[in-house]
Amino acid sequence: MRFGVVQFGGSNCDRDVVYALSKVCSVDTDLIWYKERLKKNYDAVILPGGFSYGDYLRAGAIAARTAIMGDVVKHAESGKLVLGICNGAQILAESGLVPGVFTINAYPKFICKWVHLRLENVISPFTSLYKKGDVVKMPIAHAEGRYVAPAETLSALNKNNRVVFRFCDENGNVTSDVNPNGAAENITGVLSVKNNVLAMMPHPERSSEQILGSADGKRIFESMIQYIERKD
Amino acid sequence: MKFDVTITVGLKEGMLDPEAQTIKNAIKNLGYETESLKTARLFRVRLDAANKAAARKMAEKMCERLLANPIIHKFEIEVS
Repeated sequence: MRFGVVQFGGSNCDRDVVYALSKVCSVDTDLIWYKERLKKNYDAVILPGGFSYGDYLRAGAIAARTAIMGDVVKHAESGKLVLGICNGAQILAESGLVPGVFTINAYPKFICKWVHLRLENVISPFTSLYKKGDVVKMPIAHAEGRYVAPAETLSALNKNNRVVFRFCDENGNVTSDVNPNGAAENITGVLSVKNNVLAMMPHPERSSEQILGSADGKRIFESMIQYIERKD
Repeated sequence: MKFDVTITVGLKEGMLDPEAQTIKNAIKNLGYETESLKTARLFRVRLDAANKAAARKMAEKMCERLLANPIIHKFEIEVS
């Protein structure tokens, strides 16, 4: 089993993700400079957080149109796993691998804080180790994280169980008061049609060990590992 | 032929424009009441094309493929 973490110019969570995977979850992981393309047959590809291309034009817009993203699209089309975290989520939305867009926060400033998330889908390859309705703690750190999608897209996402996380309070109540960025329906994690691509704004790699304040994010990576093991 | 193309990319009607709201408030603090204020991004592009229609087509493709995100943006193109 091998994971690949794509590093763009301006990525800044790439090494944290590699650490969480290789040291905390003990899975072989390569850090891939985007110009090197996807040369190996990876079981999962992760697009980490950061500010690829300085967030010029729109966050993720330019990285989404690089050659390596063509490789990532092919990897996803073959049914393999892709996880986009923060800037990675913005790149996935801009590349069309997940619907909608993550755009400027309703109150337009950078937000960096711990949030609570309610698990809405616990049967995806990324969330099978959680239980339905679990409330988990992970940090967010973004200025462009407000999820926006047309009404028909939101309704399809809800109907097909493709919303993975919603911002909530510590008891799991989903209200506008605990929606940090104004995201539609408090959504902050969405799946592709085939459920093998997840775009999420919160940072599981920054919540993979208790010493960081939470180990709740680790189960994302562990779910992916278990999914790949069972598939093999 | 060379053409100068002006591309304006703005938010679709009804889309929340947090930057515009903040700017509108700042302008109000300077003593100016505004009925509405929207932001847009303007690109000035000089390009080679066979004719004006071809130049416009190229600019449309640029918008569709990169400059605008169709989920939230609309765009206007002027060719001279």
